[in-house]
Amino acid sequence: MNVRRSAIMFRRIVRTGVLNFARNAWLGIAAIAVMVITLTIILFSIIANATFSNTVQTITDKIDISVYLKDEVTTKQQDQLIAQIKGLENVKDVARVSKEEALKKYREQNSDNPELLEAISQTDNPLSVSLQIKPKDPNKIEDIRGFLEKKEIKAQQSDETSYSGDRKEAIDKITSATSFFRRAGVAGVIIFAVISMLIIFNTIQMAIFNRRDELTIMRLLGASTNFIRGPFIVESIMYGLVSGVISIIIVRAIFSISAKTFEASSLGLLDINFSNQYFSNHLWGFIGLQLSAGIFIGAMSSLIATRRYLKFKTSR
Amino acid sequence: MILLDRVTKKYNRYGPALERISLHVEPKEFVIIVGPSGAGKSTLLKLLTREEKPTSGKIIVGGIDYETLKDKEIPLLRRKIGTVFQDFKLLPNKTVFENVAFALEIVGMGNKEINHTVPRVLDIVGLKGKEKRMPRELSGGERQRVAIARAIVRQPRILIADEPTGNLDPKHAWDVIRVLEKINRFGTTVLLTTHNQEIVNKLKRRVITMQDGNIVSDRANAEYHS
Repeated sequence: MNVRRSAIMFRRIVRTGVLNFARNAWLGIAAIAVMVITLTIILFSIIANATFSNTVQTITDKIDISVYLKDEVTTKQQDQLIAQIKGLENVKDVARVSKEEALKKYREQNSDNPELLEAISQTDNPLSVSLQIKPKDPNKIEDIRGFLEKKEIKAQQSDETSYSGDRKEAIDKITSATSFFRRAGVAGVIIFAVISMLIIFNTIQMAIFNRRDELTIMRLLGASTNFIRGPFIVESIMYGLVSGVISIIIVRAIFSISAKTFEASSLGLLDINFSNQYFSNHLWGFIGLQLSAGIFIGAMSSLIATRRYLKFKTSR
Repeated sequence: MILLDRVTKKYNRYGPALERISLHVEPKEFVIIVGPSGAGKSTLLKLLTREEKPTSGKIIVGGIDYETLKDKEIPLLRRKIGTVFQDFKLLPNKTVFENVAFALEIVGMGNKEINHTVPRVLDIVGLKGKEKRMPRELSGGERQRVAIARAIVRQPRILIADEPTGNLDPKHAWDVIRVLEKINRFGTTVLLTTHNQEIVNKLKRRVITMQDGNIVSDRANAEYHS
């Protein structure tokens, strides 16, 4: 009986809240608008963060150190060298590129240039065996450099070691940009979350004011605190849900428009295709996130507002 | 049923609205409280519905001692007391049926029971067939009878009516009083405040006269002349 009664009360609270939401839609427009902005910023921050991280990762993966070896270095010596390099702390991986592979790569790279292709033939392959070293942290290659500069190692090398130094600078820039955007995103989210809470707070206050006669009557008839309060909380949760849906639609639309507009996939640091892909892959997660963030912001502010403006104390 | 023991209510700075009031009302009694404006009638009723707390003194209603009553238990108390107001306090955007049903909805009664109960109560107050009217389409007397229906639909043991005829012409006032008498015959204790001498004198009930926050007389089968 008690469970049944609670279920009835719950249904009535939800129903009243939804009805009030529908009736006061014009009152809630400001609340919804600012909540949409907040939720959209949250979504964009997350996607931008992932995109920047992806850019950094992609470029980092391309960074390596190429060591070119003289032809007279035997396979055994090569193996020794690889083992030594692998023993260094900051080395992720070492790959050996044989003369044949180097030639193949060269041909691929110069396939549109017959003169360069002719200059090198299979029988007379001037390309060296090389070792491609992938560092764990491209910012700390000093150890590797120190090892490669050792006299006995240097002696085995045919050409100057190539470090992807220019790329490192680019990575540094992206990394600092990423951390800046991340901080800006967090600040934006906090500011707008506070603003939307204040506006919902205000909206609920107005709704309470508009319905004060009804609330007085409810109270005199012996309605419980939760029964009076519940519909307001449901109403503001509705703001959150509607805003969440709208923000998802907005972001979806922005991506489909921008994907068409910038058909080239990359805008410098911002890989729109990646962002779009990331958004689509995590769509359900994002919908869940947006809705729960909306519910959270709505419920919190109306909890405070009703606590403040629905007085249940009697005066002595 | 109702017991007040040396109850005093002071609002800030002004003199007391009620001063050491003691009163005892038996179950099923019909009690009329009279007196000029500002005598403390409404304050007395507000203490009973716990809209106000007494400054001092003891109040026990239906076995509930108000001293130990917590704020969150007030709704439960109010569900045991039916209240009727001079200004009806109906919800303007709900029909007659919905206004009465509202009192049952807020206590969690199921829709089936509500649909069963409300028409019977509307019948008692003589509003059968007007279920779908809006309050603005009704006369004052009819509105007050809707309010009474709402107050008694939960079958309270006490009905408090604060100037229920104050806004009504004599004919409609009598309609309302007849309904109150009917409810009293069913066994509900009725507490009525009024200014209307004619009603008091014709009813021949227990009359408590108040003045300046004091009870100046309390007599059975009494008449009242202001």
